[in-house]
Amino acid sequence: MTDAEPAAGFYERIKAYEGQSAAVGGEGRDPVNSPMIRHWCEAMGHLLPVDGSAPPTMLQVWTMAGLSGHGDRSGPYDELLGALDAAGFDAVVATDCEQEYVRPLRPGDRIVFDAVIESVSPRKTTKLGIGHFITTRMDLRSGGEQVGTHRFRILKYAPAPRKAPGKRPRPVVNRDNAGFWNGVSRHELLIQRCTGCGTPRFPWLPGCNSCGGQAWDTVKASGSGTVYSYVVMHHPPFPAFEPPYAVALVELPEGVRMIANVTGVPYDKVRIGMPVELEFAVVDDELTLPVFRVREGV
Amino acid sequence: MRIGDELAPLRIPITRTLIVSGAVATRDYQDVHHDAEAARAKGSPDIFMNILTTNGLVGRYLAEHFGPEAELRRVAIRLGAPNYPGDEMVLSGRIVSLAGDADGQTAVVEVTGANALGHHVTGQATVRLPRGADA
Repeated sequence: MTDAEPAAGFYERIKAYEGQSAAVGGEGRDPVNSPMIRHWCEAMGHLLPVDGSAPPTMLQVWTMAGLSGHGDRSGPYDELLGALDAAGFDAVVATDCEQEYVRPLRPGDRIVFDAVIESVSPRKTTKLGIGHFITTRMDLRSGGEQVGTHRFRILKYAPAPRKAPGKRPRPVVNRDNAGFWNGVSRHELLIQRCTGCGTPRFPWLPGCNSCGGQAWDTVKASGSGTVYSYVVMHHPPFPAFEPPYAVALVELPEGVRMIANVTGVPYDKVRIGMPVELEFAVVDDELTLPVFRVREGV
Repeated sequence: MRIGDELAPLRIPITRTLIVSGAVATRDYQDVHHDAEAARAKGSPDIFMNILTTNGLVGRYLAEHFGPEAELRRVAIRLGAPNYPGDEMVLSGRIVSLAGDADGQTAVVEVTGANALGHHVTGQATVRLPRGADA
């Protein structure tokens, strides 16, 4: 169903749950208690509160159903989740949590809660897949008094299929640039040079940008270079590339700059001015690419 | 304490143990927080931290900075890039508003938790500091 258009009226049907109860008179499985507070503090690395109270950001824990299921949930919330499951939006991830703390919770507090479905979003396309955001608001009480509120947003989505890693794109080799790729296959980085005016050029072109001359020869790059500039690609992901990764503009002493990957450091450690050294990365049986490795000791 | 003050960052290694113990301590048994195979079947490369643990770590960061006298009044967080095992999250914070009265001060703190993939969490917290508990 995930690639198909949703059934007509599907959004209207799920939007109708807005304003309906997600829980009425739900009761915490356990009263607020010291062992659960201590286990939570151990897991979080949180200091144990000296007065024995529960850390405030533990609020939602007291409402969790745990392994034994959601006995306290009211019909509409389960119906809404069921409708989304049936439509293929069967995965769930929490995206937002907004809590207000009225007073500290102490061992012995018995938490009772009501929750309402505040909103159901239209169909959204996310990195995880296509789905709908559902926002609920919960009021928590103990002994009849309000102790906190908890607004929670989840994304119910159809997981985007995981693609097999794609092949790195092939270069387009033609008469104008074949000499460059022949050089790469011999692990040589060749720069064109106009035999008329002596201006080096890169990438390979049929004529000189400086004088228009069409005659040229080549210079073999010494292999040293510096990072002139760079970007970090985060999105969108392309087959065969795993973001984030750095793409650098490398300046060569021969007088040209070229775009290449920088190796030897994580993407977030690439810096302008870094000295780099040419090497050749064998991508697969048919493709070798010039890349630049950050020099040792940098 | 002034508006614009930065809180010292807190670096948290994202271990498998932290993700699983956080999920269990928050009574969250969604399989994507403890079962790597199930997480992969749902399109995730590995298990990832649940929002209740992230919320707890934000609470810990604020409690460590402001001390035991401070009272947390509100925490609102939004999740972005997941916390996967092997990563590290760096929590940072900045005071964005400050209001004083006879009994103390109320600070609003902007909190960010960054990992190798980007921002895992962004949010705001309101902290009440009684008089004499200046952080």
